[in-house]
Amino acid sequence: MATHSEKPTWVKRQTRVTRLTHWGWAVSVIFLLGSGLQIFNAHPTLYLGDQSGFGFDNAVLVLGEEGRAFPAWATIPSGIDLATGRVVHFFFAWLLVACLLIWLLGALLSGHLLRDLILKHGDWRELAQDLKEHTQLRFRHRRRYGPLQKLSYALVLFGLFPLIIATGLAMSPGMNAALPWLTEVLGGRQTARTLHFLAAAGLVMFFVLHIAMVVLAGPLNEMRSMITGWYRVDEGE
Amino acid sequence: MRPGLMTRRRALQMALCGTGTAALGGCKILDSLGDLDNPVRAYMERANALTQAAQRGLLDRDALAQEFQWSDIRQPQRPNGVTNPQDSDYVAHVTTDFAQYRLQVTGLVTRPLHLSLDDLQAMQQRTQITRHDCVEGWSCIAQWTGVPLSAVLARAGLKPGARYIMLHCFDTIERSLSGGVKYYGSIDLVDAMHPQTLLAYGMNGTRLPVANGAPLRLRVERQLGYKMAKYLRAIEVVDDYSAFGRGRGGYWEDRGYEWYAGI
Repeated sequence: MATHSEKPTWVKRQTRVTRLTHWGWAVSVIFLLGSGLQIFNAHPTLYLGDQSGFGFDNAVLVLGEEGRAFPAWATIPSGIDLATGRVVHFFFAWLLVACLLIWLLGALLSGHLLRDLILKHGDWRELAQDLKEHTQLRFRHRRRYGPLQKLSYALVLFGLFPLIIATGLAMSPGMNAALPWLTEVLGGRQTARTLHFLAAAGLVMFFVLHIAMVVLAGPLNEMRSMITGWYRVDEGE
Repeated sequence: MRPGLMTRRRALQMALCGTGTAALGGCKILDSLGDLDNPVRAYMERANALTQAAQRGLLDRDALAQEFQWSDIRQPQRPNGVTNPQDSDYVAHVTTDFAQYRLQVTGLVTRPLHLSLDDLQAMQQRTQITRHDCVEGWSCIAQWTGVPLSAVLARAGLKPGARYIMLHCFDTIERSLSGGVKYYGSIDLVDAMHPQTLLAYGMNGTRLPVANGAPLRLRVERQLGYKMAKYLRAIEVVDDYSAFGRGRGGYWEDRGYEWYAGI
């Protein structure tokens, strides 16, 4: 276990852009998830292909009858209200996309993206060791992200976020006319809807792991770095 | 580990738990922010205006919705909303096989029209196989045959100031103490003039069934199903839709759904 240094080393770990967009995402993802489950409840069946099979079977997930697949505590709003769910969903979808664009620009300009999120040769070499330390609940507080951190953040920022945005757009009949190839590439509107749901499930998994890691690695230090930017680094790191 | 750190950590954990519980309990309070007359909802609805502006900016005026093949029609078109109107004037039309049916074209037009089904079928005709996307999330592919709305509007002649097409329907969608509410809706001229926007009288090679809106329904292929009014009685060209219903442009719009349903 890392010892606490008498003279701790402090680093300014997060830029203002990263901090702001991080909390923008946190709020957006919570509201998007709740309103998304509200929308899903209106027709809680997922299919593959262009259309929904009523006269044939192309369902891949059936979660009960219309109205209440996910319970009231999980949906926004809590009552059955598709119209309001859609208003909330599209508002926070714009916020999420805006945060992503602002962050992307900031991270490119500051070098954060290339420096901290792309796994380099050394990261891949350290990955197994990093994974081992995580399973033993040993967390090092370093100046830079560890390989697992880089991998999971990159997966969200360059994998799940783009996928959930693209599949969301592919469900819009207007965007479908503007960018017909998008829906086609994603396997049709109903496949896009299924992928949208899976990407959401992936984000929920990330969310749970992320909170768990923050709590286990030292919530004060981690939260401080995402609020003020200042992070206390272990001795010798 | 120093005891002080332990306390701080525990305090934070307790704070997190407390926040979580408060958030859950606050859901009911949060719900009221979504009410139709709440300013928070009104603020969030501004994102819909952004969506409309973005899509209209991105979309070519005449960009077509995707069209499919006959082999993609794998099931009957799933009907939604009212599927068997019991309104007396409508029932009378059904019993006479719509022989007396006349579509009224009124409002800001130079020549108001009363068009029988024969009149409509004698006009320009378009057939398209498209995907119907319901706001609930499902999709269904069907073939639609009808007269482009633009052809009907050209025949009626638009007066200056014409901006929206109001659709008045036969079917009572909601019964209340103050009487029934018949379905109504509106689209603007961008969609009204689009080549795929039809007044459809045929579906999957046959006459439009009652469940799907006989004798005439609207097809607006770049928007969701609730914009495509069934059981059309009249179309009225207007400069503003705020005088109809509760003023948001349609039956579902008045109940919180967005007027622009391209998303």
